Amino acid sequence: MAGPSSAAAGSADRNSNRPKYSQFSQQELSACQPIVTPKLVITVFTVIGIIFIPLGIASLSASNDVVEISDRYETECIPAENRTTKDAKIQFIQNSQSDKTCTRSLTVPKHMKPPIYVYYQLDNYYQNHRRYVKSISDQQLRSPGSENDTSSCKPENEENGASIVPCGLIAWSLFNDTYSFTRNNNVSLTVNKTDISWKSDREHKFGKDVYPKNFQNGSLIGGATLKSSIPLSGQEDLMVWMRTAAMPTFRKLYGRIEVDLQANDVIEVSLNNTYNVYSFNGKKSIVLSTANWIGGKNDFLGVAYITVGAICFFLAACFTYIYLKKPSRLQDPSYLTWNTNPGPL
Amino acid sequence: MNSDEPLLPSSQGPHTRVASSSCLRANSSSSSANLDDALCDIDLRVADRVSVGDRDTSNSFDHSKQQFNSAESHFFRQFLLECPAPKGRRLVSWGTMELQHEYKSSAFEISRAPSRVQEKLNKSQRLRHRSGQLDDNRLNQLNPRLIYVDDPRKTNDKFEFTGNEIRTSKYTLITFLPKNLFIQFHRVAYLYFLAIVCLNQLPPLAVFGRTVSLFPLLFVLCVTAIKDGYEDWRRHRSDRNENNREALVLQAGQFRMKKWKKIRVGEVVKILADETIPCDVVLLGTSDPSGLAYIQTMNLDGESNLKTRFARQETAATVSEGGIILGLIRCEQPNRNIYEFTANMEFKGQRFSLSQSNIILRGCQLKNTDWVIGVVVYAGQETKAMLNSAASPSKRSRLESYMNRETLWLSVFLFVMCAVVALGMGLWLQRHHDELDILPYYRKRYFTRGEDNGKPFKYYGIPMETFFSFLSSIIVFQIMIPISLYITMEVVRLGQSYFMIEDRHLYDSLSGSRFQCRSLNINEDLGQIRYIFSDKTGTLTENKMEFRRASVFGKNYGASLTAADPSQDVKLSGTAGRKRWKLKSETAVDSELMEILHKTLDGDERITAHEFFLTLAACNTVIPMLNISPPSGNELSEGVEAIEYQGESPDELALVSTASAYGYTLCERTSGHIVIDVNGEKLRLDVLGLHEFDSVRKRMSVVIKFPNGSVKVLVKGADTSILSILDEDTIRGNHLKCATQGHLKEYSSEGLRTLVVAARDLSDAELEEWQSRYEDASTSLTDRATKLRQTAALIECNLNLLGATAIEDKLQEGVPETIESLRQAGIKVWVLTGDKQETAISIGLSCKLLTTDMQQIIINGNSEEQCRSLLANAKARYGVKGANRKSPNFERKMSADTNYCEIPDDANVSYMPRRHLQKEEAPTCSSLALIIDGNSLLFDLATSCRVVICCRVAPLQKAGIVDLIKSRTDDMTLAIGDGANDVSMIQMADVGVGICGQEGRQAVMASDFAMGQFRFLKKLLLVHGHWNYQRVGYLVLYNFYRNAVFVLMLFILCAAFSTTSALTDWSSVFYAVIYTSVPTIFVGILDKDLSHRTLLQYPKLYGAGHRQESYNLHLFWITMIDTLWQSLVLFYIPVYIYKESTIDIWSMGSLWTIAVVILVNVHLAMDIHRWVFMTHAAVWGSIVITYACMVVLDSIPVFPNYWTIYHLALSPTYWLTICLIIIVALLPRFLLKAVQQTFWPSDIQIAREAEILRERPDYLGLRADQGSG
Repeated sequence: MAGPSSAAAGSADRNSNRPKYSQFSQQELSACQPIVTPKLVITVFTVIGIIFIPLGIASLSASNDVVEISDRYETECIPAENRTTKDAKIQFIQNSQSDKTCTRSLTVPKHMKPPIYVYYQLDNYYQNHRRYVKSISDQQLRSPGSENDTSSCKPENEENGASIVPCGLIAWSLFNDTYSFTRNNNVSLTVNKTDISWKSDREHKFGKDVYPKNFQNGSLIGGATLKSSIPLSGQEDLMVWMRTAAMPTFRKLYGRIEVDLQANDVIEVSLNNTYNVYSFNGKKSIVLSTANWIGGKNDFLGVAYITVGAICFFLAACFTYIYLKKPSRLQDPSYLTWNTNPGPL
Repeated sequence: MNSDEPLLPSSQGPHTRVASSSCLRANSSSSSANLDDALCDIDLRVADRVSVGDRDTSNSFDHSKQQFNSAESHFFRQFLLECPAPKGRRLVSWGTMELQHEYKSSAFEISRAPSRVQEKLNKSQRLRHRSGQLDDNRLNQLNPRLIYVDDPRKTNDKFEFTGNEIRTSKYTLITFLPKNLFIQFHRVAYLYFLAIVCLNQLPPLAVFGRTVSLFPLLFVLCVTAIKDGYEDWRRHRSDRNENNREALVLQAGQFRMKKWKKIRVGEVVKILADETIPCDVVLLGTSDPSGLAYIQTMNLDGESNLKTRFARQETAATVSEGGIILGLIRCEQPNRNIYEFTANMEFKGQRFSLSQSNIILRGCQLKNTDWVIGVVVYAGQETKAMLNSAASPSKRSRLESYMNRETLWLSVFLFVMCAVVALGMGLWLQRHHDELDILPYYRKRYFTRGEDNGKPFKYYGIPMETFFSFLSSIIVFQIMIPISLYITMEVVRLGQSYFMIEDRHLYDSLSGSRFQCRSLNINEDLGQIRYIFSDKTGTLTENKMEFRRASVFGKNYGASLTAADPSQDVKLSGTAGRKRWKLKSETAVDSELMEILHKTLDGDERITAHEFFLTLAACNTVIPMLNISPPSGNELSEGVEAIEYQGESPDELALVSTASAYGYTLCERTSGHIVIDVNGEKLRLDVLGLHEFDSVRKRMSVVIKFPNGSVKVLVKGADTSILSILDEDTIRGNHLKCATQGHLKEYSSEGLRTLVVAARDLSDAELEEWQSRYEDASTSLTDRATKLRQTAALIECNLNLLGATAIEDKLQEGVPETIESLRQAGIKVWVLTGDKQETAISIGLSCKLLTTDMQQIIINGNSEEQCRSLLANAKARYGVKGANRKSPNFERKMSADTNYCEIPDDANVSYMPRRHLQKEEAPTCSSLALIIDGNSLLFDLATSCRVVICCRVAPLQKAGIVDLIKSRTDDMTLAIGDGANDVSMIQMADVGVGICGQEGRQAVMASDFAMGQFRFLKKLLLVHGHWNYQRVGYLVLYNFYRNAVFVLMLFILCAAFSTTSALTDWSSVFYAVIYTSVPTIFVGILDKDLSHRTLLQYPKLYGAGHRQESYNLHLFWITMIDTLWQSLVLFYIPVYIYKESTIDIWSMGSLWTIAVVILVNVHLAMDIHRWVFMTHAAVWGSIVITYACMVVLDSIPVFPNYWTIYHLALSPTYWLTICLIIIVALLPRFLLKAVQQTFWPSDIQIAREAEILRERPDYLGLRADQGSG
């Protein structure tokens, strides 16, 4: 249209209307033009195979090096008489009088090198539900000035006319089971609960001068309470919890054990089973795991890499076979359909 | 349809009959063909009326038929009154439209054609400026515009006329925002956007942050608004400049400068040489005593030649005497027809007519005239120039309409997905009904001690919640409908147009014209053209006429032409002592003919030759322009006068130049007389009247009075129109006619354009009768053209044949090669021409359209039945199967029959209503069904031919033929032409191409693309068309994929059907706008699969467009399956890898965002054919920019996703995951490509390999490898 043409007409050469030559405007820029030749195909598949299989093997072996102990306890930690129905379970967990302590013993299968991470794992807990994810006030968590900035926290925004800090369903439903560990009969294992949250959260996202207020004061207690003397930036469990999980099955870091655990060590976990997952058929587990470069135990990555690599090798072989059997008819215009097949034009 | 218009033929019919009976009763039947037509038309009309049931009408019709000698106005009015509701008859009178059309003058018909075609074919989508001219005509009769010359106050006392201020801008500062928004929201896409945004503002549905969701819409609106605003500001500026220009206006008896915007209707203005005319002005006087003025109408119609305009003698005299003119002009209401102006003027008690030749229009320039004085009749917005400044039409490309079909499919997917989510939500709520209150991740109730206690929170019951979930999932999945695609496509097309405009191969160095893209919407249609309808003159040929042959007095001259060499000139000038006229172009002369002309004026042959050249010199509308060249010291004497001819018709120019070469130089022309220099003697001839050329009579005549008092009619015209009105009484005449006819046939078989020249003496009685009729007709306000035609018939009879001329119209450069290539590309080329059959065939042969190995079918029937049987025979003979084009049988036949079909003259008429031509009695009105029957016969035959030439086609018939193909096949049509007669065809076809040629700019103005030469069509279609099609096709598919993969990925993550998006709001918004849009645009503009060399070398590669290889439903579904696979991979690989891990939703979202962006970009990269640095920058740059955006977004603490990317990037698993996703997702696609390429390569792929590998230096080595392998 007028735009490009008048713009291109330029000022220097107004008399001549002839488009000026440039490789760009004549679409003659030098270019790399890849074509899918059998050679290319074979090369690509082979290269993928060569890269993927070692990576897969490495991941798989890394994953195998990870030692993980997992124990599901939400049913076992309820007295047998309360296990029968869902209502009974709920009744037990909601009864503030009942004794909720519970002891589990775990056997270490292999030597575990520190740091050994202690996680709690919840199942069927939709931390990714939209209502839940949105029920948070990032402003409020950051600065005391935004204390009343709680509109997004409903229905857990205020109590008796005063804002809740931290507000919202996420904070309200803070996990409150606690664990303590002993090894091989009464040798206490300390769990380091510092530095379990993200550094960025401690330093920027949760305010150093924001203190919990009016928290868990409602008629319905959702979970753990917070010491109002510690600022939010010191509440590491809260920070871990508030990083809402992506999947309905998720783990959250509880702490670290910083001593070696030998094979066949027996770990006694005395836990306080207070968090209510019974009303929605949730599951709770405690997990002890070492970690290496690949993270936790995860065979999928390695298996997937090896599989893909193998498939690629197979395809490369197939194409090589085809290529040798039936040399392709590259660059030969005589193969154009109207040459080979003088059909309808 | 206006009521007065269908009546034109009927009012004319009887009169022409009178004319013919009084003049030439024994005329041949063919001469009165039109008259018979008119008559049969009347019969038809009567039938219509009766069928309507209005008996009075038919009675009165008979009555009027008997009284056809009475004043036609009476006749006319009667009808006007009697058919007050013409709309009801529209269908019935459909069949006669062609006829009515034929009765218009040629110029009139040109400008009317588009609107007519449209009226005829309502299905045509294009909203063309409906002129409403017919209504104007009618209005005019009731309500003429009264203009009191030099009395603007009285003229304007009712404030009914606009001032001369023009406003082309659309907005003012105040109206800009509302009006611009209003216009923008005419697009459905924007409304969709708006609806989504509004939905998102509802509290229960706030899926995205409210401001975030506004962002895309605001962005698009702002960009468009800024663009519109800038354009409008420029318009404002140019308007201001225009309005503040100054002109001399008569104020208080003196001409003073006045700003244009203050000029009012009725004022008298004076325009000096080379000034632009400020408004539409009726000439009162000029510096030329005879009232002549020259204007250049370049701005109006693009024709660069000068045109003459005249002031009426009555006023011109007064003006030149310095008198003041006070008079009254009655003129028609403003209309957009720049070729017509009807008015009359009362001045000094006299009343005389004003016509188009008396008005100069705004925008034209005055040339070669010192000054003119005129009165303003139309000002400002009402000027014809302003009324004509309509935007070019918008067409929609085929691919886009297919795309809409697929968009519908996507909408279905969207609906299904939303329904699934909503249903899931409903079921989930049902199952968890009892727990909802205390579920930490749902909690529908407040449990506070305050006043809210027990109140539900955002919970409206299961049905409502389900419904809301449906709506909110629409918001989340909105991107499924690729709104951004429309914007992307516009940008891409703009880029493609840039390349087409900039292409040096499409630049015509002769005319200095570049390629023009006038329509931005149909670039890709160029890649799918199946039919080309081409005009001949000016399109295939150069339209530079050269005089070649002449037949004078039955003798053929010019077989061997010699250039008019100087020696001969010297000899001649010596004998006659004549002045030398230097012409701009030299014309070759025939020495034999020259000799005859130098004999004394005696003998039939000599007199005939004399009259022959006299006619050539006199019977035209060419204007001679004398340039007294300054005396130079060159070899030639000082008396040399250069003469330059300006004229509208190149044929006439050629003839006048020829006449001059033979010594008959036209050297002066005014409205009253012409001066012809006959071998040095100046011959002054009074022009008593001039009947201009029109397409009905197909001839032009001029009545001149010789100095000795004798009066002659000189006529030139098409052979058919003149041979039938010759005086055949004498043997000599008969003999002459036979000889000339033989010559004519010979000429036209050589591809020459022929004209027949004739003359006749007028007796005093005849002259008198003619004069009175002529006066009457030329001053009439209504229906002037028809009346003039009737008057012309009075004298255009019993003519003496003088001879014939043959003019060559050279083929344009490269035409045969282009046609050959186009044919190879599988494009059918149809030539629609107004020429004779023989001419058309010879041109067809010379431009390789026809080859000798073709079988020719010539359909040349005179009647409907004859045509029908001819068509049916041809059909049977060549085994063309019936209508169903899709049957394979048919396809085979098509290839087997290398035939060509010639549909000349009346055959072509066989499906047009004009088929009754040359039939004696008026046929009974045939039904519409029959017409369609004829159509299908023609259609079957014509579509099975590779080449079709239609001769003697009227402009509207051209459009009809295009429409025939367009409406009956799915094939794309392209019409190419250069003249005003091609406008209707150009507008009718899917793609209209205009040639910037000799015949003005109307075709260009109506076209979608314009270029300088026919041969550019080859590169335009085969190269640019192919590229554009392939680019846009891929672009659309890729955009579908790109958005769908994103949405499907979101869909799978429906945490308890709550439509949570793991992606941050900004990522979702940026995805289509920033992260992935740039590469598609670059690829859409820059990518090309094959070089232009290969495409031109193998025209058959164009077939890819015909087979819709780049975009079809099949590909769409494959893409969608691929999309599904890719989104599954995208979603599940991270899910399995991060199963039972501590990963949080924002990290996961970040991973997904990056993965999907990289995936779609790598996907694109895999399909790119050519990597130039810009492609690299765009593709990899996008990924980098995405990362940059993520880093920026993750560095803002108030966002929930704070710091995620830093966290993720530290873990190797993250990178391994992305790598795995990309490879696994693209593996099937790559495999498919590889397999297809190896086993079933398409032509394009083969050609591509051939092209690329041959360029590579290691080509030979490769070859050797293969040999050994």
